[in-house]
Amino acid sequence: MAFLNASSPHVQRPTKTADIMRLVLIATLPGVFAMTFFFGWGTLINVILASFVALVCEALCIKLRKRPVLFFIKDNSALLTAVLIALALPPFSPWWVTTTAVFVAIVIAKQLYGGLGQNPFNPAMVGYALVLISFPVEMTRWTSPFELSGNSWDVLSFVDTVTVIFGNWSQVIQTYPHIDGYSGATPLDTLKHRNGLTIEETWKISTVMANVGAWYAVSLCYFVGGIFLIYRKVFTWHAPVTLLLTLSLISALFFAIDPDSYADPLVHLTTGATMLGAFFIVTDPVSSATSNRGKIIFAAGIAILVYSIRTWGNYPDAMAFAVMLMNLCAPFIDQYSQPRSFGHKNARHGIANEDKSQ
Amino acid sequence: MGKVFAFHGGIHPPENKHQSTQLPIAKAPLSKVLHIPLQQHIGVAAKACVEVGDKVLKGQCIGDAQGHLSVPIHASSSGTVCAIGEHPVPHPSGMSGLCISIETDGEDRWIEHGALENFRALSELELIDYIRDRGIAGMGGAGFPTALKLQLGDKHIINTLVINAAECEPYITADDLLMRERSTQIVGGIDVLQHLIKPSHVIIGIEDNKPQAFRALKAAIKDCAYNIDVISVPTKYPSGGEKQLIQLLTNVEVPNGGIPADVGIVCQNVGTVYAIYRAVSKGESLISRIVTVTGGGVNKPQNYETLIGTPVSTLLQAAGEIQDRVSKLIIGGPMMGYSITSIEIPLVKTTNCIVAASVNEMPVADPAQACIRCGLCEQVCPAQLLPQQLHWFAKSQEYIKAQQHNLFDCIECGACSYVCPSNIPLVQYYRHAKTSIREEQQEKRKSDLARERFEAKHKREQRAIDEKAAKRKARAEQAAISQAAKKLSENNPSSPVVDDEQQLKNQLNAAKLKLQQAQDHLTKLASSHGSQVSDSALAERQVQHAKSNLAQIEKAVDDFKPQLASAIVDVKKLKIGAALANTKLNKAQQALKKAIEKSQPGVEQLQKTITMLDQEASNASKLYQKALRKNTQAETDTTEVAETKRLKIAVAIALSKLKKAQVQFANEEYSDAASATLFELTKQLEKAEQPLAALQKATAENANSATNKNSVQPPLKTRARATETASPDLKVLKTAAAIARTKLKKAQDQLQTLAPEDQHNSSAVQNLLSEIKSLEEKVRLSQASYVKAKETSDFEPSVIESASVRRTHYNKILALHTKAMAALAKAEADNSPAVTKMRISIDKLSGKLKAATAALSSDSIPTSNKDFT
Repeated sequence: MAFLNASSPHVQRPTKTADIMRLVLIATLPGVFAMTFFFGWGTLINVILASFVALVCEALCIKLRKRPVLFFIKDNSALLTAVLIALALPPFSPWWVTTTAVFVAIVIAKQLYGGLGQNPFNPAMVGYALVLISFPVEMTRWTSPFELSGNSWDVLSFVDTVTVIFGNWSQVIQTYPHIDGYSGATPLDTLKHRNGLTIEETWKISTVMANVGAWYAVSLCYFVGGIFLIYRKVFTWHAPVTLLLTLSLISALFFAIDPDSYADPLVHLTTGATMLGAFFIVTDPVSSATSNRGKIIFAAGIAILVYSIRTWGNYPDAMAFAVMLMNLCAPFIDQYSQPRSFGHKNARHGIANEDKSQ
Repeated sequence: MGKVFAFHGGIHPPENKHQSTQLPIAKAPLSKVLHIPLQQHIGVAAKACVEVGDKVLKGQCIGDAQGHLSVPIHASSSGTVCAIGEHPVPHPSGMSGLCISIETDGEDRWIEHGALENFRALSELELIDYIRDRGIAGMGGAGFPTALKLQLGDKHIINTLVINAAECEPYITADDLLMRERSTQIVGGIDVLQHLIKPSHVIIGIEDNKPQAFRALKAAIKDCAYNIDVISVPTKYPSGGEKQLIQLLTNVEVPNGGIPADVGIVCQNVGTVYAIYRAVSKGESLISRIVTVTGGGVNKPQNYETLIGTPVSTLLQAAGEIQDRVSKLIIGGPMMGYSITSIEIPLVKTTNCIVAASVNEMPVADPAQACIRCGLCEQVCPAQLLPQQLHWFAKSQEYIKAQQHNLFDCIECGACSYVCPSNIPLVQYYRHAKTSIREEQQEKRKSDLARERFEAKHKREQRAIDEKAAKRKARAEQAAISQAAKKLSENNPSSPVVDDEQQLKNQLNAAKLKLQQAQDHLTKLASSHGSQVSDSALAERQVQHAKSNLAQIEKAVDDFKPQLASAIVDVKKLKIGAALANTKLNKAQQALKKAIEKSQPGVEQLQKTITMLDQEASNASKLYQKALRKNTQAETDTTEVAETKRLKIAVAIALSKLKKAQVQFANEEYSDAASATLFELTKQLEKAEQPLAALQKATAENANSATNKNSVQPPLKTRARATETASPDLKVLKTAAAIARTKLKKAQDQLQTLAPEDQHNSSAVQNLLSEIKSLEEKVRLSQASYVKAKETSDFEPSVIESASVRRTHYNKILALHTKAMAALAKAEADNSPAVTKMRISIDKLSGKLKAATAALSSDSIPTSNKDFT
């Protein structure tokens, strides 16, 4: 009788990478529904389109790299990247914007670096940042959220949305003049381009704040999804909590100094990509710092960058740039954020050969 | 007490303990053959003290402990030793080890044994030795000799004794059942340890998934007089790790690289404690243990009290193995145990469990996916490492970084692998990395040692060589001194060489005497007269001539100098003699010179002296010829030639002095007498020159014959080698000379074409002239260096050839010079303003050419003496 010969341990927890990815995908569902509810069919169409493109790109790349396609496709990582991009893009962004973003994310940011686990940058953010720089007009074309106070679900119809996404915008505008009424700026956009007004004045004259509840609701959904993932131990609290705390603290500080020029913490936490970033982007394990302490440093850095770019930079939101900049720092942070190992007096830092604790 | 702390990380794998706790501990059937490995513990293997065919009794010592870090091995049952040899042993690598195989007789007859009457009466050391002699080693898994753990030095003061009853690995229930059924015996063992270590506190740490065992222990410790606690710790793998349990119970971290005793704690496994009890209270050696046989592959999972050495197959049969259901056989638990492939492997002191797992229980691991740094491993690592980072470093073989991330603090508990969602066999990576690093360190140690050894050896050898050389030198000096002394003091007519030597000596003595006389006379003369030396050009020229002659002879001598290398004793004698003669002659000549300079009336005496000296010179030459004839063998030839040179020098010097004297005499007032003397001197000189010429001829012949025989002459061989090595340099010099010459020629041609037709272009002419000048200089230098090099490296065969080459060079330069002269003549005819400058530089050029000529023809001396005089 031949017995199997293997190294210990001989048992394994059944949770696999695909399960983890699936859990994250499930956690995005409240956000997807909220987006669809407040901004119309665009988000849902984008999610489906992005997922399709991502799976095709991933399969082709794996095939070209002569790896077993099914084995790698099944890890759900491409799907997750696609969903995150779709959630980050404006609901009415044309199909080619979505496709470009997903292609760049999957092919260039991930597979060219060696596939899952090897990418130094968050693929979703690379794709997003690329289209944000390349197609600024399309990327700022948000739609006004549906008002909760309204009588009916007054969003663009499914057919209209498909036309907008897959058609030519200028032609669409001519054919459906009413569509323009659906487009609008995000609160952060409004904040950025307030033309010398104080924050309070801006909110007063802008119609955006009237519908701000929609933004709150979407952020809340992401928050709920994130809490679920922490509960399921998909990631630890370190990165998201640090990010939210740091961002709140900085914005509170500046708001306290000059409320006319700086937005309050609530605006920063709820109206941009903060919640999505805190729970679904910053927590990407591959491209972030690895130890608990490292994650705290990593997330704090992102929070500072996000606030700086939002407040003093040229972009209304900054999650993608902040995340990518900190991705660059992650290996360095790893060097200096080793935990103190059992039986050691101090943690090791850097690449010193000697253990100074001894 | 009773507070429980926490350690970082940990996992909750399915326990699977209930299957094997349904039945009480059973006695395992007696196997027909027991294979008892000699190494069942950490440290040095025991040495068999029985032989094949010996009858052994149960409990009889069959393997002696080897030193401190070792324990003895005992027969588990009575029977006959049927083999001592290699047999598969329980080891992750599946290797074989030395085993004593006992064919059991079924009687299971004990050797005479008895309890320790009163262990408290024994001294600590005696008790510890007793425990060692009973073969007790840690039964928790590592098998560290228990006695060693109890034998603490003065630097360790133990305040806490921890009894490890956690048993955190899934499936294993051996300790659980032991505690349930034999708790009083366990406490009896703790009594012994308490007496030995005398801690202030004893803590039994037990996981809370063993409530029955917990209660049993609680009941058993009721009557204990000392401070003892049973503490229930939360079930979490790996709480049974020694360091983890210590932290759970005391919140003290054992420093890395240290042992628990460093923080005042000793930890013993509950099974070990039971073995100590059996040894002390019954006198039984460690020959059996409780083993859990469980898993989906057996019908009746149960704990068995099993004799050490029982094959796995016996236990599987006892537990009702289901054929073809077992896919994996694991010794130990599923987390840290290792799979075995043979059921003939015997159980040892550290084997606590056999898991006969079915396919469903422990399926083949899925292929590993990429690490996504999810960090789950980091959250569960009890050593607080970064397993994900260690994995990357191990994978890319960045072992230095892995060590910086404390790879060696990994306890290989397997928690990281268990939680890894990508199925990465992390522990395997760490094991591999650790082994590789250890190998590297081993290699480094080895190479360091080898280097040190080599350096020491090199030094030693160098010292020996130096000493030898110094000794040899001292010996040679001693020999030379003694031989010289011998020659000078002894007069042995029987030896022809010494005869010659004696003659030479006599000559020298005579010369010395005459010299003394001449000197005396000279001092007398000097005191009575002032100096009156006239400087005639003729005299000078003649002196010059004499000098150059001398130089030629000296060079010729130099050419043969290398042949001195193979000097043999006989010729050495001659040499010393000749050298002495030479010095004496020199002195005489100097005195003569002085005398000549201050020459006054009374020249007759001086004349006589000179005549005598001349005679001596010719005598020396004759003597040398004689010696030469005597030693015609090829080996001695070359060295004799050297002697000839010495003599030759002496003759030449004498000659030149004579010539000088002639010159001086020619200018003196008493010219009549002087001229007569001169005539005589010249005659004598001719006489002296004749033997010299003969000598030279003979030497040349000898040299030729030596060359022909060079196959048997090592010195010549080495010379040939020297020539070989020197020849590339020569070639370089030669080419340099050739290049310089061509340049010179070109410049001269240019000048020739320029000078007649261009009267106004004086600056160009001047430039050319200076160029020619520098070129001439170059030619001269390169020729000189070439010649020099030739002289130092060339020997008899190449001398003639190179001489001819140089002569042609010389001729060429001469032709060039003539051309330059012709150009000058033309320029003069044309009345060029540059003519004067040209003339000056050409004058210089001709001077340099002459110098070059001298250098060039210096090598032709051996063949013709008066080439350029």
